[in-house]
Amino acid sequence: MISRRIFLKNGGLALVSLGFAPEFLARTVAAAGNPRRRVLITIFQRGAVDGLNMVVPFGERDYYTARPTIAIARPGSGADTAVDLDGFFGLHPRLAPLEALFDARQLAIVHACGSPDGTRSHFDAQDYMETATPGVKSTPDGWLNRYLHAREHQAKTPFRAVALAPQLPRSLQGLAPALAIGQIDRFGIRAGQSGDMVQASFESEYAAAADRVLHSTGREAFEAIRMMKEADPSRYTPANGAEYPRSPYGEALRQIAQLVKADVGLEIAFAETGNWDHHVNEGAAVGQLAARLDDFGRGIAALVRDLGERMQDVVILTMSEFGRAVAENGNRGTDHGHGNAMMVIGGGVRGGKVYGRWPGLAREQRYDGRDLAVTTDFRAVFNEVVRGHLALPDTRPVFPGFTPPAPLGLF
Amino acid sequence: MPLRRVTFLTGAAAILLWAATVTTEAQKPASAVPTSADERTIVHVLNRLGFGATPGDIQRVRQIGIAAYIDQQLQPERLADEGMTARLAPFTTLTKSTQELAEEYFMPALALRRVRQQQQARSATSATEPDMSERPMRSPEQMEAMRAERSVLAELTQQKILRAAYSERQLEEVLVDFWFNHFNVFAGKGQTRLYLTEYERDAIRPHVFGKFRDLLGATAHSPAMLFYLDNWQSAAPGEMPGRPRPLVRRTPGANPRVPIPRAPGPDTPLQNRRARGLNENYARELMELHTLGVDGGYTQKDVQEVARAFTGWTIDAPRQGGSFRFNPRMHDDAEKVVLGHRIKAGGGKEDGEQVLDILAAHPSTARFIATKLARKFVADTPPPPLVERAAARFRETRGDLREVVRTIVSSPEFFAAGAYRAKVKTPFEFAVSAVRATGIEMAGALPVVQALRDLGMPLYGCQPPTGYADRADAWVNTGALLGRMNFAVALTEGKLRGVRPGRASWDADPARTREMLIKTALAGDISAGTRATVEKAATSAQTVALLLGSPEFQRR
Repeated sequence: MISRRIFLKNGGLALVSLGFAPEFLARTVAAAGNPRRRVLITIFQRGAVDGLNMVVPFGERDYYTARPTIAIARPGSGADTAVDLDGFFGLHPRLAPLEALFDARQLAIVHACGSPDGTRSHFDAQDYMETATPGVKSTPDGWLNRYLHAREHQAKTPFRAVALAPQLPRSLQGLAPALAIGQIDRFGIRAGQSGDMVQASFESEYAAAADRVLHSTGREAFEAIRMMKEADPSRYTPANGAEYPRSPYGEALRQIAQLVKADVGLEIAFAETGNWDHHVNEGAAVGQLAARLDDFGRGIAALVRDLGERMQDVVILTMSEFGRAVAENGNRGTDHGHGNAMMVIGGGVRGGKVYGRWPGLAREQRYDGRDLAVTTDFRAVFNEVVRGHLALPDTRPVFPGFTPPAPLGLF
Repeated sequence: MPLRRVTFLTGAAAILLWAATVTTEAQKPASAVPTSADERTIVHVLNRLGFGATPGDIQRVRQIGIAAYIDQQLQPERLADEGMTARLAPFTTLTKSTQELAEEYFMPALALRRVRQQQQARSATSATEPDMSERPMRSPEQMEAMRAERSVLAELTQQKILRAAYSERQLEEVLVDFWFNHFNVFAGKGQTRLYLTEYERDAIRPHVFGKFRDLLGATAHSPAMLFYLDNWQSAAPGEMPGRPRPLVRRTPGANPRVPIPRAPGPDTPLQNRRARGLNENYARELMELHTLGVDGGYTQKDVQEVARAFTGWTIDAPRQGGSFRFNPRMHDDAEKVVLGHRIKAGGGKEDGEQVLDILAAHPSTARFIATKLARKFVADTPPPPLVERAAARFRETRGDLREVVRTIVSSPEFFAAGAYRAKVKTPFEFAVSAVRATGIEMAGALPVVQALRDLGMPLYGCQPPTGYADRADAWVNTGALLGRMNFAVALTEGKLRGVRPGRASWDADPARTREMLIKTALAGDISAGTRATVEKAATSAQTVALLLGSPEFQRR
């Protein structure tokens, strides 16, 4: 059992050897015993990303047999080839910006990961993943909200849980307060020139209200506006030369970084990215999936760079509702499948490794004879993040009906 | 300890049953409706039986009396509502059959999306540098087809808001909303959206003052529900439906700017279909959410048996907007035992009907429905004696929903001081009541549709089968509260496109506007603090915004 402190040192040493952010190393070691606020950033790839082309099992002959036109070539055989991670798995070439994170042991991948429920409906599978209750539709709340509920926070802040999305996602719905913000610089009372006056008036109405529930919620709301105003999000410049992709997803990640740095008490953040459902002409090293992965990878790389040393307290967790069939279909695309890959990124992560038992891609090794089998329940990963990163000792209320297996050792 | 509790409850129930029998004999449930009423009571009734008071409502109710008003609302078929018919006339999709909607609105868009997807795929594979921004342009034809497709849900959502805001049959609108939410389906799940118009119009609306069994049966047969809860695919294990199932699966995308909840992304081609077995989804929600309630006394075994009974209840060609069909080849025809009742082998489609009979007559159902209705009309935690009486009324009238509602809205608990302003408005109730209070005229309601999305309550956009929560804690949070204040400002400043607050809505003099609105919408009941703040407003529009966004106006 390696202690966290030693691991952090080692991780830090790996960074130094790459000539990567040495000042980060110094703070890392200093901060190892310091209970700073932990942040979890979740990214949902809606539409079922093709995990086998995202994290490529190039060591599998069956991978190439099953995908004659869309497979990613083995590393080293040209520019558009898989980025070798460990001699068996490689990243899609458009995810090259994440290679440095893997080498710095900040990026862990869990492959052949997914749901015990076999549904191939996007809608149901997303629902099951966000509620973390596969097979149960009527769960009223999302897993992130149950976490918020399970742990009273030290400091009450309206920005504890924020989705950078027009609507609160299922994973954040529930009894604990959570915010959905489309644009953080538009947060507040919008009343044009008389905005300040109108805002002050509303504030005094709620301050004077005898109605206890509305009184306290009103106070929090106006406190939130003040906090956001002080953070002055409209004048934000990403640090360390980070460049976010100019997509709604990149924009959401940039705003998450702003919130983290504004110290408004952010603990759980949510962003989403769509268009992963490539049934037709998926492409290989270039093409539709490649374009989406380019956006996805550059976004994460920019976020990590922008957050800099703060990554020590941050974990980025990526997920998608299910994977895609092993074999390509008649339209050079892939149909709905089962197992997929998740990424866990952060300073405290034992990265540089692809976790999970690899089930193989031979026909008899597949789920239903066609899909990557699931060897790690996605809840096992969630559970490890909640326990290992967010440090909630008892995770049972967050994952009802789930008995976690032995930890993978992500933290 | 638990044992003693059970005994007590049984005893209490027995007494209440007895009391209920007495009232039946008297042919009239006890009424606590005040004969002469103050403004607060009138506004309370208007807030609960409807979506709040319009400027002339207090006067009107006072004239006919509260009892007569309640009676009127319980008999909407006798209430003229021509104004509503005229308002809805431009929305031509509302009266069309699903078949017509599919042919005229959905299938053309589907075909064109296919073409576009192919183009997109071609251009993506030929590109050397992947570029997110470069997408094939949509042709005018494609744009028109997509607009037409969107218009179906756009008209349905506007209809809901316009009816709630302007219909004379306020209680009917409250109940249509309540029962749709009880039997919730989600516009964003696949083909459900084709069937929504028909679902609300033909399955929900005609039955809200009828028998619960009829309402339950209508939803059970509706393609909207069959699709949403997957029953259309449920087959006896090892059975394969007789035809390849057309299946459109879309990706719930992450595009934030589409005006429909989870608007369709590019359609995906047919999935590789395999034989599918039993699907328990509908069976489970039918008992947990539609009838017995989660603690209603069923087991996992009952879920399986009910699922078996409903095998073969399917849809004929859902992509073409086909209708309900019983497919004997998918049906499990062996014997089933549901909640202790034997359903004999060979019943075919009747198996499902028998299950619905059993569930509709079950005492847990009476109690569960009574609880939800009492929560809707009285308080988040409804008084147990009222729930008991409403449940008894449900049982003795064999689920006559008009009578159950009558029992609740004429009860002492309904008129008790504790019920007054006990409910926090949902975003839908808030937005509609704001329109009513100001008397603002809207021709179309799309800006309000959009506002409800921002307030976290997209219409027909509730994903889980539970429907939206009817409790304050679900709706009171910082983001939502600021959203309400912003809605109040946008509405009164004329920032909602197509919604014109005008001279008709309020007086040019802020003081007169203030006193008028406080009196008509809030029954004069407003805190000194709110009044002092509102008095400082510079304009009438600001005055109205500050009142609509006030703590007092968030409750009903």
